[in-house]
Amino acid sequence: MYERRLRPTPQRGHTLGYHAAETLADALTALGQATGARIVAGGTDLFPALGELPAPADLVDVSRVAEMRGIARHGAGWRIGGAATWSDVMSAALPAGFDGLKAAARKVGSVQIQNAGTVAGNLCNASPAADGVPPLLALNATVELSSVAGVRQMALADFLLGVRKTALAPAELLTAIHVPDLPEGAGASFVKLGSRRYLVISIVMASAVVVMDGPWIAQARIAVGAASPVAQRLPLLESALVGCRPDALPVITPEHLASLSPIDDVRGTAGYRRAAVAELIHRAVRRAADG
Amino acid sequence: MDKRSADTTIGLMLNGTPVTLSPRVGERLSAALRERCGARDVKVGCNAGDCGACTVLVDGAPVCACLMPVQQAAGRSVETLRGLNDDPAMVALQQRFQDHQAAQCGICTPGMLVSAIALLRDVPGPSEVQVMDALSGVLCRCTGYRKIVDAVIGRPAALHGAGAVGDAVVRIDGAAKVDGSERFGDDVAPEGALVIRVIRSPHPRAAFTLGDLDAYAARPGIAAVLSAADVTGRNVFGVIPAFADQPVFAEREARFRGEAVAAVVGDAEVLAVFDPADFPVTWEPLPAVQTVPQALAQDAPLLHPDRAGNVMTKGFVQCGDAEAALARADVTVEGRFSSGFVEHAYIEPEAGFARMVGDRIEIHACTQAPVMDRDGIAEILGWSADRVRIVPTAVGGGFGAKLDLSVQPILALAAIKTGRPVRLTYSRSESMQSTTKRHPSDLRVRIGAMADGTLSGMTFAGDFNTGAYASWGPTVANRVPVHASGPYRIADYRAVARGIHTHCPPSGAFRGFGVPQSAIAQECLFDDLALKLGMDPLAFRMKNALANGVPTVCGQVFAQGVGIGACFAALQPAWEIAKAECAAFNAGSEHVKRGVGIAGGWYGCGNTSLPNPSTIKAGIRTDGAVMLHQGAMDIGQGANTVIAQIFAQALGVPLSALTLIGGDTDVTPDAGKTSASRQTFVTGAAAKLSGEALRASILQRCNAPETATIALEGATLTVTHGAERHDLALDQLPADGDGYVFAACETYDPPTRPLDANGQGVPYAQFGYAAHLAVVEVDLALGCVKPLRFTAAHDVGQAINPLLVEGQVQGGIAQGLGMALMEEYLPGRTENLHDYLIPTIGDIPPIETLIVEDPDAHGPYGAKGLGEHVLIPTAPALLNAIRHATGVSVRAVPVTPSRLHTLLKDRT
Repeated sequence: MYERRLRPTPQRGHTLGYHAAETLADALTALGQATGARIVAGGTDLFPALGELPAPADLVDVSRVAEMRGIARHGAGWRIGGAATWSDVMSAALPAGFDGLKAAARKVGSVQIQNAGTVAGNLCNASPAADGVPPLLALNATVELSSVAGVRQMALADFLLGVRKTALAPAELLTAIHVPDLPEGAGASFVKLGSRRYLVISIVMASAVVVMDGPWIAQARIAVGAASPVAQRLPLLESALVGCRPDALPVITPEHLASLSPIDDVRGTAGYRRAAVAELIHRAVRRAADG
Repeated sequence: MDKRSADTTIGLMLNGTPVTLSPRVGERLSAALRERCGARDVKVGCNAGDCGACTVLVDGAPVCACLMPVQQAAGRSVETLRGLNDDPAMVALQQRFQDHQAAQCGICTPGMLVSAIALLRDVPGPSEVQVMDALSGVLCRCTGYRKIVDAVIGRPAALHGAGAVGDAVVRIDGAAKVDGSERFGDDVAPEGALVIRVIRSPHPRAAFTLGDLDAYAARPGIAAVLSAADVTGRNVFGVIPAFADQPVFAEREARFRGEAVAAVVGDAEVLAVFDPADFPVTWEPLPAVQTVPQALAQDAPLLHPDRAGNVMTKGFVQCGDAEAALARADVTVEGRFSSGFVEHAYIEPEAGFARMVGDRIEIHACTQAPVMDRDGIAEILGWSADRVRIVPTAVGGGFGAKLDLSVQPILALAAIKTGRPVRLTYSRSESMQSTTKRHPSDLRVRIGAMADGTLSGMTFAGDFNTGAYASWGPTVANRVPVHASGPYRIADYRAVARGIHTHCPPSGAFRGFGVPQSAIAQECLFDDLALKLGMDPLAFRMKNALANGVPTVCGQVFAQGVGIGACFAALQPAWEIAKAECAAFNAGSEHVKRGVGIAGGWYGCGNTSLPNPSTIKAGIRTDGAVMLHQGAMDIGQGANTVIAQIFAQALGVPLSALTLIGGDTDVTPDAGKTSASRQTFVTGAAAKLSGEALRASILQRCNAPETATIALEGATLTVTHGAERHDLALDQLPADGDGYVFAACETYDPPTRPLDANGQGVPYAQFGYAAHLAVVEVDLALGCVKPLRFTAAHDVGQAINPLLVEGQVQGGIAQGLGMALMEEYLPGRTENLHDYLIPTIGDIPPIETLIVEDPDAHGPYGAKGLGEHVLIPTAPALLNAIRHATGVSVRAVPVTPSRLHTLLKDRT
C-alpha cells in the first residue's frame, strides 16, 4: 500500500471518488486529474494511519492494474510488479538469491497482511522498520516510477529519502521493482529481531546476499534496517568480509556501523540496536553462506 | 457503472449470495459487511490489522476486512464465518473448538475459524508450526492459544461425563461462540441507532474550554452534543462509593490523556466522516505528574484537593516484629522491583447501545458487573435504580477493566437527551487510553532466613501508580499487604502499600489486583535466599509453605484446605526432570542457555473483609423447563457452565435440563461482580443452596426422602424413591408471578471478619493456591527469552469442570508471560496493538496443568476460586528461570530483549 499525504487538501472541482483502475494509463490519468488523490493497493498502511479519521475523498486503487501485477523475468533480471503482494513473492519461483526477500515476506505482519500488502507499498510507506527494504537493498533493486510524463528508474537507495519520505513525485506511481540477476550460486538471508514471535515491528533487522568461492566469501552485500532513518548497506563491512570464512567472521567494529544512527524507543535502546545488529549481521551472513 | 462517482454502487458475492452496496469512498470492508450487510459475525477489534478478529476470505484468501476498501472487493467472493457454517470441514472444526474449549469469550473465534479453514483447505493435516503460521494474525487474550492449536490439529479432546460436578463437558453456551451468532456489545444496536463519538483530552493534564456547542449541535445530521452540563445527577462515578471521584465528562480540567470532555451524537453516516479536529474545544496544557516520584514531590499539583500529597490510600498488615526478625536472620536479601502499566487488551473494545423505554433507560453493553452498573448509572442520572435496566451482552474479554463504567453513562445521557436509540463503540485507542490498567509498581522488599531455611522476617513497601481516579486502587492497596508474603509462614512481617495519584489513566482491577506485582518481588527474592543458603529453591519453598493450622500474616488460621504444599509436591517430578535437562543442554551450548524456575502464589477469593453476597434464583415452569437466573457474568471464563453444573448437581437433574436466563437486572438477582475469583466460590455456593432448596420443595411436595431422584419429561416431573413414584403434572399446578410451579432464591455471603489496625483478622473465607514451573531458553547475544514449557499446579479444591480449569490456567499463563516479557503501556506511545504487544500464538509453549484438589469447607462441593491465581506465579517463575539460565536477577518487567541484553552485558 502506498500513501502520499496523511490528510490531503481537498481539491476543488473534479471529484474522483474511488477509482479502481484496470490499466496503467487509466491509473496515471486519474492521478493526474485529482492531485490530492491517494493511492491504495493493499490498504495495510493506509487504514492503520487513518485510525478513526475518514478515508480520503479521492482514492486510486491500483491493485487490479494489469501492468503492475505479477513477478516475472525481465531483461537481465526480475520484475516485481507494483501490485505484487508479499504472498506473491512467497509463491513465486525465484532463484536462491531471493531467499532473503522471501524470508522477509514471511515476517511481514501475518498471513492476512501478506495476502493484501504489496512490496511496492512497503517501499512507498518508507518506514525505517520496513521489512522489505533491507533485502531489496541487498539485491541492488531499482524502482520504476511512472506518470503521465513517462517512466523513470532509480536505485532503491536513492528513492528512500528519510522517515516517511520518498522521491515519488505527485501523480507518480511506483509501478515495478527491478532486481538485476545475481552471480551464480548467490545465497541470501533475512534476520529480524522482535519482542514476540509474530506480528511484530522489527527492533532491528539484517539481510545478506553472499557469493562463495569455495570456503571463502567472494562477495557480500549487507543491509540493515530499523537502525537509521532509512535502511542502509554497509559497504565498509562488505569489503571486510571478502575472503573470510563464514565460520570465522571478523569482529564487527564501530567503524563498520558508523553510518547507523539507531534511536531509543519503546522497542529498544540505541545501544541495544547497535549491539544486536552486529550479531544479526553475523547470523545473516552465515545463513546466506549456508545457502 | 460509473466508477468516478463518489457514491458508486458495487456488487460482490457475500457467502455465495450477490449483494449490492453503495458505500462511502474507501469504506472499510469490515464496516460495510457489519453495517450494510448485517454480517455481525465479522468482529472488529482494532481497525489496524493488528488483531485479525475481522478476518474474512476474499477469493479464498484470508485478509483483514478492516484494511480493505470495500470497493476492492467488488466482483469478488467474500466469505465470513456465517457463510462457512454449512461447510462440513467447518462444522467439524467448530465441534473440535467446542470439545477443546478453544473459544472462551468467543470474540476472536470468527477470525480464528476463518483463518483455520483457509489453512485446512490447503493443508488437510497441518503441523503445529503450520497452524501457528496460519493463525498468527489473530490475537486471543483468553485462551493462551494452546487449545486452539489442539482443535485445529485435531488432537483428542479430554471430555468426560455428562455435566455433573467434576465432569469435563463442553460449554453450555459454546455453540453461539463458534457459529458467529454470539452478540457482543457492538452487535446489538437496532438499525438506525444514532452513533456517539467522544471528545477526549490529547494531553495528560489540560484546562479546556468548550466553544459553541449549540451551533455544533445544529449541524446537519448531529442530534446532540453532551458535556458535563448534561449530567442530571452527580457527575461522579466509581466502583468503591467512598472513593468515587471520576466524572463522566471532565469539568474545566482533564486529568489524563484520553479523558472524555464531551460527546457528539448523530446519524451514523454523518459521524462516519467525523473529524474531532472540527469540534469546538480549546486546550491549555498544564504541568502534569505522570510518575509516582513526580506525584510525591513537594510542589506537585494535587489531583484531588482532599487527598494530600496525592496519596489516595494506604494498606497495612503487620505481625510480630519484622525488623527484629531480619536482624537475627542468618541471611537477608533485598531488592527494589518495578513494573509498568499493563493493558487488559481484550479483543472486544467497550461497546453497547441504550434506549428509552417509557420513563426508564435500558442499556445493553458488555460488562462484568451489571448491578453495579445499574446503581452507578442511577447516581449519575439522579434517578432511582428501578428506572435503570442493564442488559448485559456477551463480553469479549474483561479481566477486570469491564468492572468499571465506560460507555454506559454516555449512552444513557445520549439516549435521554435525544429520545432515540444510541450506540457507542470505543475505538482501540480510545479503549486503551481511557479504561483502567494494571497498576505500575515500585516495591522495596527485604526478607530474611535462618541457616536451616526457615524464613525470618519480611518488610514490604509498595507504591502503586493509581492514575487520575481511584477505580479499584483502594482494593489493590488493601490486598497487596495481605498477599505479599506469598503462601508462606512468616511470623514477623510488615507490609505497607500506597496508591498514588498521577495524571495517567486510572489504574484499576486487572486479574490479581496488585498481587502479581508483589509476587514477582517476593518469589524472586526467595530464589536469592535459596541461593544464599545453598538450598534447592523448591525445597526452600516447601519448608516454609503454609499448612493447615499455621497462621497467615493476618493471623488467619485455616483448619483445612491449605493446598500450597500439595501444589509444590505436584511440581517436584517436573522440577527434577527440568533441572537435569537444563544442565545437560547447557553443558553443550555456549550461546544459548536454558533455565528452569518455579514460583508459588495464593489469592483470597472474594472481597477483602467486606460483605460479598451472591443470589441465585431458579424455578420450574409449567412446561417443565428448569430456569436458572444466572447473574454471574460469563466473560469467557465459563461461569455459565460452572454455575449451571453446580446447580444441576444440587437439584439432581442433568445439566441439559437447564435453561439459563442471563444477568438482566430486571429479571435476575444480583450475583455480584465477576471479579476477585469469586464466582465459582460465592455464586457457586448460592447456586448450590438454590438447587438444594428447589429440590427440597419438590421432595416435600411428594413427601419423598432426600435420596429420591427427580426427573423431568415434558411437563411431567417425576420423583422416584425405590418402588414409589410420584408424577406431577406441572401444567396442572398453580404457578407464581414468574410462571414457576417450584421456585427458589438463595443467597450466600462468605464469612469474613474486618481487619484491625494491624491488618489482623479474617480477610477471606478461602484462598486458592498455585505453583508454576517455567523452562526457558535465553539467546545470550540478543537477550531474547523463549519459554519452552510450563507446568502449572493449581489447588482448586474441587474442579467443577477440569476443561475450564485448564482454560483458565493456560490463559492466565499467557497473560503472565506477556507481563513478564513484553507488555508495557505507555500513555501517548503504545495506544494500539502493534506498539503494545501481547503474546501471539507463537509465543505460548506447551502448558501442562496439574489439578490439585484439597477441598474447601466453604466452597460448593469444595471448590475454590481460580481466575486470578493463574497468572500470579507465572512472571516470577519466568524470571527465576531466566536467572537460572543466565545468572541475571531481573528486577523490572517487562524484561524485553533490550533490557535483558543490558543486564547480561552488566553481568560481565
